[in-house]
Amino acid sequence: MNSFVIRSWLARGLLFAFSVVIAASFVTPLLWLITAPFNTQANLAVTIPTNPSLANFEAVYHNKFAMRALFQNNLIIGGGVMVLVAGVATMASYGLSRTHVPGRDVLVYVLILFSSVVSGTAAMVPIFLLVFRLGLIDTYAGVILVMTGGLLPSAIFIMRDFIDSIPRSYEEAALVCGASSLRVFRDVALPMVRPGVVVVAIWAFVNAWGAFLIPSVLLRSPDRMPASIASYSFYTEAGTPNLTLLSAYAFLYTIPVLVLYLIVNWRFGFRFFGGIKS
Amino acid sequence: MTQIIFEHVVKRFGSVTAVNDVTLTVGDGEFVALLGPSGCGKTTTLRLIAGLEFADEGRILIGERDVTRLPPRARDVAMVFQDYALYPHMTILENIGYPLKVRGVGKQERTERVAEVAQQLQIGDLLDRRPGQISGGQQQRASVARAVVHQALCFLFDEPLSNLDAQLRLEARAFLKHLQHELGVTTVYVTHDQAEAMALADRIVIMNYGRVMQIGAPLEVYRRPANTFVASFIGSPPMNLLAGTIDLARGLFRLNGQEPGIDLSALFGRLNGKLTDGQTITLGVRPEHLTPQVEPSPGAIPAQVYAVQPMGGEVLIVVRVAGKLVSVRLFRDEPPDLPHEIWLVPDLNVSYAYDADGNLLQ
Repeated sequence: MNSFVIRSWLARGLLFAFSVVIAASFVTPLLWLITAPFNTQANLAVTIPTNPSLANFEAVYHNKFAMRALFQNNLIIGGGVMVLVAGVATMASYGLSRTHVPGRDVLVYVLILFSSVVSGTAAMVPIFLLVFRLGLIDTYAGVILVMTGGLLPSAIFIMRDFIDSIPRSYEEAALVCGASSLRVFRDVALPMVRPGVVVVAIWAFVNAWGAFLIPSVLLRSPDRMPASIASYSFYTEAGTPNLTLLSAYAFLYTIPVLVLYLIVNWRFGFRFFGGIKS
Repeated sequence: MTQIIFEHVVKRFGSVTAVNDVTLTVGDGEFVALLGPSGCGKTTTLRLIAGLEFADEGRILIGERDVTRLPPRARDVAMVFQDYALYPHMTILENIGYPLKVRGVGKQERTERVAEVAQQLQIGDLLDRRPGQISGGQQQRASVARAVVHQALCFLFDEPLSNLDAQLRLEARAFLKHLQHELGVTTVYVTHDQAEAMALADRIVIMNYGRVMQIGAPLEVYRRPANTFVASFIGSPPMNLLAGTIDLARGLFRLNGQEPGIDLSALFGRLNGKLTDGQTITLGVRPEHLTPQVEPSPGAIPAQVYAVQPMGGEVLIVVRVAGKLVSVRLFRDEPPDLPHEIWLVPDLNVSYAYDADGNLLQ
């Protein structure tokens, strides 16, 4: 064997080892998430339950506070953010794409830059004051509006790519056919960017689903807390987590997102770019 | 009665004047082709009629109604786009029926009218397909059907055949001309293909740099180009243009000042008083109006044979005249046996002189 072949095998081996380490760091938490909930005495190790049981889920089910958080509050906040972000982003990016706004690109980039600040930790105090003045502290609306504001610029950025990919002649043909601008949007543009709307909607939903900081600052009553905060009810007063119940709750927490993703992927195919398939 | 009238229409895009002071009238039921190289303003002119662009100056009338400021939907025109613009999310039936749907025609009547038009255009069996499932030629017909179905005041075509292959294009050309004759609807047709314009139109509008260069019937434009631009754009190969100076007293034309001069006294006689001695003019002669001969004569242009191309029904001879390539067309199938040095006799009855600005002297 010459040295070239040896070197090539060595390189492959190293690459393989490196890939395994990377993969393991991603896969292990997922393995834990699907094994621990079925283990009556879960710890941080990944162990295949010798005696799988659903007892953990039963215990979680009896935690009314946590269940309401997951199946009511999270759905309201996630759904609200999803509808608002998808709706507003679609219309805004259509407007930005189809009319001549001076400095349009700069505007979008600046908005994206600031959005990470606006919904971020740094702006929590002014956001709190603003929401307080609006009388929206401890309301779903307050949380939904602030999160929507934070997500919109990126959503508009994603949507614009989809909208820019529709040939102008499609809309012009509809205009000449006698349609009003609103009708053109509804009959032609909207059906053609539907994959984009879905992508943005799911992305917004997932973002809102896992949000912790904004609801924890803007909400007061336990009745309205989302699941990310409610998961603290599986901690003891001393602050140690009850891993057995927490894992079961986390398992339930991930299911809606997974199901949503699978449905969308099956129905539309998930993609982050535009393009018309005729 | 649908006339389309342009009165001194100007359209600018930033610093570019796309349509520059265009005045023209398209008569009722007339088929007018807008012809020119890309960027000449022909498509913008069409879009001004459709209302997809608004004129900066001037007036546009459709059927005696001033539509200059009206949006597309208030103009009642039908347009066929280069890419057909059929909606991928609708079936062919829904696509063709869309203008009717927008106008609030009920589903029952809509389906009937679409079926009727589709039958006429031989796409009746494709109605439940989607645009992606039919061929380019069929898509083209479907987009024409969408224009025909709602009986608009006029048809606008934006290079509708340029996405078809050569064979299909000839077929579609005949089909469009036949359809337009049958329906008798005022039609404006944009193309950069002069053969298409010649074949289809009642009149051709030739444009360049946003200006109208000539308006006329196809043969009129072909026979008597109003300027050197039209002369070099219409015809394949186009008109031969030879620049030179004139010696009015002796009736001679000198190519690049070369001796001996060519006797053009017959042409000069026709332009009596329009020419000055020593003036630079451009002589325009169609390839079929040059006759090759092997002996010099006073009215003949000396030339060297460059290439002989038999084309089937005709022979195209390319020769070199004073360093420039000139085309000669002979209507015979057998290529002639010519020596290298030949002389070309122009038919002065159908030859024209253009001044230094390229405008026809007459």
